[in-house]
Amino acid sequence: MLSVPVETQILLAGILFFLGLIGLLVRRNLVFMLMSIEVMFNSAGLVFIIAARHWNQPDGQVMFIFILSVTAVEVAIGLALILQVYHHFKTLDVDAINKLKDES
Amino acid sequence: MKVLIALIPALPMLSFLILAIFGGNLPRKVAGWIGAASVGISALLTVIVGVGFISTLQQIKAVDVFIWQWLYAGDLSANIAFRLDSLSLVFCFVITFVGFLIHIYSIGFMEKDEGFVRFFAYMNLFVSSMLILVLADNILLMYLGWEGVGLCSYLLIGFWYKEPANGTAARKAFIVTRVGDTAMIIGIFILFVSFGTFNIQDIMHLASIKWVAGSSIAIITATLLLGGALGKSAQLPLQTWLPDAMAGPSPVSALIHAATMVTAGVYLIARTNMLFSLAPIVQMFIAVIGALTLLIAGFSALAQHDLKRILAYSTISQIGYMFLALGVGAYSAAIFHFMIHAFFKALLFLAAGVVILVLNEEHDIFKMGGLRKKTPAVFWTFLIGSASLSALPLVTAGFYSKDAILWFAYSSDTGGIILWLAGIVGAFLTGLYSFRMIFITFYGDTKTEPTFKAGKLMTIPLVILAVLSLIGGFIELPASLGNVHLFSNLVNQTLPPVALKNVESIEWLFQLLSSVIALSSIYLAYRFYYLKPQFMESFNHSRLNHFFETGFGFDKVYDTIIVRPIVWLAEIDKKDFIDQINISISKLALIGNQVLSVAQNGKLRWYLLSFAIGIAIILTFMMNK
Amino acid sequence: MNIFFYIAAVIAIISTIMAISGRNAIHSLLFLILSLLAISVVFYLLDAPFIAALEVIIYAGAIMVLFIFVTMMLNIGLEKKQEKSWVHSRMWIIPSILAAILLVDLMLALKNMPTVVVGKQVIQPKQVGISLFSTYLLAVEIAAILLMAGVIGAYHLGSQKKKVLHRFLEKK
Repeated sequence: MLSVPVETQILLAGILFFLGLIGLLVRRNLVFMLMSIEVMFNSAGLVFIIAARHWNQPDGQVMFIFILSVTAVEVAIGLALILQVYHHFKTLDVDAINKLKDES
Repeated sequence: MKVLIALIPALPMLSFLILAIFGGNLPRKVAGWIGAASVGISALLTVIVGVGFISTLQQIKAVDVFIWQWLYAGDLSANIAFRLDSLSLVFCFVITFVGFLIHIYSIGFMEKDEGFVRFFAYMNLFVSSMLILVLADNILLMYLGWEGVGLCSYLLIGFWYKEPANGTAARKAFIVTRVGDTAMIIGIFILFVSFGTFNIQDIMHLASIKWVAGSSIAIITATLLLGGALGKSAQLPLQTWLPDAMAGPSPVSALIHAATMVTAGVYLIARTNMLFSLAPIVQMFIAVIGALTLLIAGFSALAQHDLKRILAYSTISQIGYMFLALGVGAYSAAIFHFMIHAFFKALLFLAAGVVILVLNEEHDIFKMGGLRKKTPAVFWTFLIGSASLSALPLVTAGFYSKDAILWFAYSSDTGGIILWLAGIVGAFLTGLYSFRMIFITFYGDTKTEPTFKAGKLMTIPLVILAVLSLIGGFIELPASLGNVHLFSNLVNQTLPPVALKNVESIEWLFQLLSSVIALSSIYLAYRFYYLKPQFMESFNHSRLNHFFETGFGFDKVYDTIIVRPIVWLAEIDKKDFIDQINISISKLALIGNQVLSVAQNGKLRWYLLSFAIGIAIILTFMMNK
Repeated sequence: MNIFFYIAAVIAIISTIMAISGRNAIHSLLFLILSLLAISVVFYLLDAPFIAALEVIIYAGAIMVLFIFVTMMLNIGLEKKQEKSWVHSRMWIIPSILAAILLVDLMLALKNMPTVVVGKQVIQPKQVGISLFSTYLLAVEIAAILLMAGVIGAYHLGSQKKKVLHRFLEKK
C-alpha cells in the first residue's frame, strides 16, 4: 500500500500543471502549445485519481475517463484547426494570428 | 358693444390663422381680399363702436371687456381684457382705417410677388398685434402686442428673404428694438413688484398714491419704460434701425414704419403718463430727446438720395415732434399729430412705392425726374402729402397739428423758447427736404421711364389719404382760427390737458412765424433744387453732406463700440469653451479607448499571460483570507 | 512501494521539462509520451490499474500518435533555427515566476488540508464500470455524442476545398 502523503501527490500534480502552464506561455509554436495543454489536462486527471483513492470512491476514476474523452476530442479538433491555420497563414507562429485586434 | 370691441383685434387674427393654414390652397385674389376685408371689417366695427362710445362719452369714459384669464400663478395674474377709451379709440381708428387702405393698395402692389399670401398673413398678424397693444388693459398684454409687432416688423422687413441684405436689416431692426424692449420689461417687473398688479389703471392709481414725485424709483421706472418707447419709435439713441428697415416692401414701410408700429412708443408714454408726471426730469428728457431727434433726422434727410430713406428719416423727425409734445405735457397735440402724420406719411410711402414700382425698382431720386407729366395721379397725391408734411399754412392738416405742437412747446408749463426754436428749425428742414424730394423726383428731365401705369387698387387709397391729409386738420382748430376742439375734447377724457403758462394771446404770432418758415423753406427748395441744381452739387460732395447722409455717424459709432467687441468675443469663443467641458468628457473616453486597446492586440500569448497573472493574484488573495 | 512513486514522479517531471523546452517537435512529443508512461505508473501505484491501462492506450497511444501524425504532415521538425530564435531564455523568467507563485499558493493550501483517514479499500475496476453505467449513464451518452461531434468537426475542419477560379482570374 502506498503511504505517500496526499499532499505530496497533489504537489506532483501541481508541478506538472504549472510546467504545462509555463510551456503554454513560453512557446510560440501552435503544436507545442497544444502539447502543453495536454500536459495540463493530464495533471488535472491525476488529481482526480488521487482524490478517488483518498476518499475511496470510484467517482474520481469515472471523471478521469470523461476527461480523457474530452481531451481526445479537443486534440482532434485542435489539430484540424492547426492544419487550417497552417494552410491559411503559411506559418505556425501564434503571434501571426492577431487579426482580432482593436484597429484604432 | 363689448363683443364688437373684442372682435376688432380678433378678426385680423382669425384672418391670419386662415391665411397661414389654408393660404397655400386659396387662390391669390381670394387670399388678398380675405386679408384686406378682415381689416376693413375691423375698421367698420371701430367706427360703429366709436360712434356709440362718443355718444355716451360724458357718462362712460371707458369700456372694459373681459375675454378670459390668461395667467394665474399665486399673486401674479393677467387677463386677456380690453379697455376702450378715447385714446385707444383714436389709435384703433387710425390702425384699422389706414391699415385697410394699405391692404387694398397691397393687393395691387404685391400682385406679381410669389409670397403674396404670406405677405397678407404677416400684415394681418401685425394689425392684430397692434390692436391688442392699444386695446390692452394690462401692461403684460400690451407687452404681448409689443413683441408681436416687433416680430411682424422683423418678418416683413426681411420679407424678400432671398436677398441677404434684407435679412441683415430685419435683424438690425429686431436687435435694436430688443434693447428697448429689455428696458421695458424690467420696468414692467418693477411696476409689478411695487404694486402687485399688471392692470394699467390700477398701476397709475397706485403710483399716484404710493410714489412721491421725483423719487428715484419713479425716475428709474419711467426711464426704463422710456427706453422701450425709444426703441420702438426709433428715437435717439435707438434710431439706427428705421432707415435700414426700408428694405421691406413699401406697404410695410407705410403701415409699420410710418403709421403704426413706430407710434407704439407714443402710445406707451401717453398711456402711462402718470408715471412720467411723477418723474418730471424724465418728461423733460423726453422733450429734449424729441427735439434733438427731429433736428438730427431733419439734417440727415436732407442728404439722402434714396427716396424711401428720406421718408424714413422724415418719420423719425416727425415722431420726434410727437415726443416733444409728450415731453411738454401736450398729450392731445401729440396724439393729433400722430393721426395726421399717419395719414400723410402713409400716403407718401404708398406713393413712393408706386414710383419705385413703375420705375422698375429704382430707388435713387437722382435717377428719377420728370414724373410730373408721366404719373400725374401719383404726383398730385405726393405733392399733397409733402405739403401736409411741410405744414403748408391753412390748407393742410399738417399745419394745424404741427402748429399745435410748436405752440405748446413754447407755452406749456415745462416748455420754453429753446424747444420751440428746435421745432421751428425742424419745420424749416422738413419743408426743405420734402420739396427737395418733390423737385428732384417729379420735375426736371426724365432719367428713367415709367414702365406701366399704376392700377386703381393702388391709386384709390392714395386719393383717400390725400383727401384726409387736407381735411383731417379741421377737427382741431386753434383759438385764433376757428376754435374747434373736437379732437382734444375727445382725447382729454383720458389724458390730462396741457398746463399752460400765461401767454395766451400771442398764439397767432407763432402761427405766423411757422407759416413764414414753411413757405420760405419751400421757396429755398425751389431755388436750390429746381432752378439752380448745380449750386448744390458742390455741397453734395462735401464732408458735411456725407456726415448727414450716414445719419450723423451713429451706425459707425455703434459698430465700433458694440458690434465689434461682441464679434471679437464671439471669435475668441469660437471653440466655445463651455462646450469644451462636455467635449472633454468624450475626449476622455476616447483616450481611455486608446490606452485600453493596447491590451487587445490580438496576441494569444498576451491573453494567456493575463489569465495566468489573474489566477495568481486571485489565488494569492484567497489564500490570505 | 513509496520509492517507486518517487522515481516515477521524478521521471515524469524531468521528461515534461524536456518536452516543453525542446526544439525539435518529434523529440518533444516523445518526451511527452515518456512523461505519460510515468504518470501511468503513478496511476497504477494509486490503486487504479484500469485507469493506468487507459492512460497508455488512449492518451499515449492515440492522442500522442495523432500529434505525431500532424507534426510529420506539417514538417515542423525541420525548422530548427526558427524554433531556436523563438525560444530564448529570457522568455522563461516571467512564466517561471508566475508558476512559482502559484506553486507556493498550492503548497500553502495543502498545508491547511484536513487529514481524513478513510478505510483503505482498494477500488476495483468492476466498481468503476458499474458506476459508469448506472450513476453516470447520461454522462456516458453525452460523451459519446461529444466524440461524434468531434469526428464530424475534425473531418470538416480538416478538409481543403480547392478554390476554382474563372480562367480569366487565374494568375498567369
